[in-house]
Amino acid sequence: MIETRHISKGFNSSKVIKDINVTFDRGKTNLIIGPSGSGKTVLMKCIVGLLNVDEGQILYDNRLFTGMSFNEKKIIRQEIGMMFQGSALFDSMTVEENVMFPLTMFTPKTQEEKLERVNFCLKRVNLVNVNKLYPAELSGGMKKRVAIARAIAMNPSYLFCDEPNSGLDPKTSILIDNLISEITQEYQMTTVINTHDMNSVIEIGDKIAFIFKGKLWWMGDKYEILDTDNEELNNFVYATELTRRLKK
Amino acid sequence: MPTITTGLKKAFYNIGQYLILMKRVFSKHQKGSVLRKQVIDEINNLGIDSLGIVAIISVFMGAVVAIQTAHNATSAWIPSYTVGFTTRESIILEFSNTIICLILAGKVGSRIASEIGTMRVTEQIDALEIMGINSANYLILPKIIAAVLIFPVLVCISMFLGLLGGWFAAAWLKVVTTTAYYDGIIIDFIPFEVFYSVVKTIVFSFIITSVSGYYGYITHGGALEVGQASTKAVVISSILIILFNLIITQIMLQ
Repeated sequence: MIETRHISKGFNSSKVIKDINVTFDRGKTNLIIGPSGSGKTVLMKCIVGLLNVDEGQILYDNRLFTGMSFNEKKIIRQEIGMMFQGSALFDSMTVEENVMFPLTMFTPKTQEEKLERVNFCLKRVNLVNVNKLYPAELSGGMKKRVAIARAIAMNPSYLFCDEPNSGLDPKTSILIDNLISEITQEYQMTTVINTHDMNSVIEIGDKIAFIFKGKLWWMGDKYEILDTDNEELNNFVYATELTRRLKK
Repeated sequence: MPTITTGLKKAFYNIGQYLILMKRVFSKHQKGSVLRKQVIDEINNLGIDSLGIVAIISVFMGAVVAIQTAHNATSAWIPSYTVGFTTRESIILEFSNTIICLILAGKVGSRIASEIGTMRVTEQIDALEIMGINSANYLILPKIIAAVLIFPVLVCISMFLGLLGGWFAAAWLKVVTTTAYYDGIIIDFIPFEVFYSVVKTIVFSFIITSVSGYYGYITHGGALEVGQASTKAVVISSILIILFNLIITQIMLQ
């Protein structure tokens, strides 16, 4: 479980996120949604520690993350897997080396043991015969899968995904969403996904936090979101003419 | 006046940020075996890959120095070994260390800044940080160690090839005899000059890799900013090389 308590973050005197209290549960896919510029990415970067919060506290299973030293955070970070919007695979490494990287850096495993784990993770994300390919030789969907494989290589307790569907076609998007959801339940991870893709929301949103103008505006699940009377959320969910007609 | 103040503020800000980054760079590496492999890779990328350009420039510059000296030393009072002597002094004292390092600042500096800058804008550095890896140390330290180890070797090769180029031009154009050129090479040779040259190269290697690493690391934005970081890295490294050339020369040859 990840908990934020009254966290705020600003840049150049303007607050981007304000007083956010939210809890992300274990074994569930927790979604952060909101329009562009609402502060979703800043919130996620604060939670993973890429940005320091101005105020408030962040707790990973009741361990106070904010205020920890670099070395103390390192221990928690080894329990975190993250999939970035652009996949962030290391260009100079093959797929195999990318997935093996955290194992090489943090475990005393032998080469055979590491290779076994790499193959297991790649198989888990439905990728075969790609071990020796470089990221530049992969499609967008394959890159996302490799990024997931790398994120789960260390068997993390927390999985963060920043816009996992960006740049993907609807069918591949759903495959990636379902893969994340399955992995979350299988390994009982606390998964936090940053998205503005409504298909993802309807498909895998066990718990949804709607961020608007830097504030936590609404919380609920994929069933509640369709019947909410929150005006800003409705404007976001039913943004197109087609969805508005479907709602009617 | 406000422009000067702003410029100074920016310069001090950059120096401060550079020192903070260097503190992170020189902290303990995550894993010794990984560092060793990285250093070997970087010796290949930064050093061995530069051997071609260093060799070509050294041979031709040595030849040009020999021809120019012969062209200017026409008086009967000037001994014939002067061509070899002047070529040796020019190459060991200045050309092989400073000029080659300026060329390496362009080749290697832009490579480092654009490589690290691209990693920054494509979130690869964030991915390292999320894993709990000190990204500054992981990315920049192996490059500094590799350059400090391999650039002096390149400079020594450059010295040898420069002298060889001078001999080749002298013998081919018959400006001096091989014996006279060889006499010039060995006459009044002071081994300290080679040591001085190597010391300068070590300092320049550190400047090239650390400054380029800094500009790559602080890049933010996109392709345009990566290009700007690369240019800044080359310009600032070159200026610092010239500045430290003067300081080290003043200290060591006084």
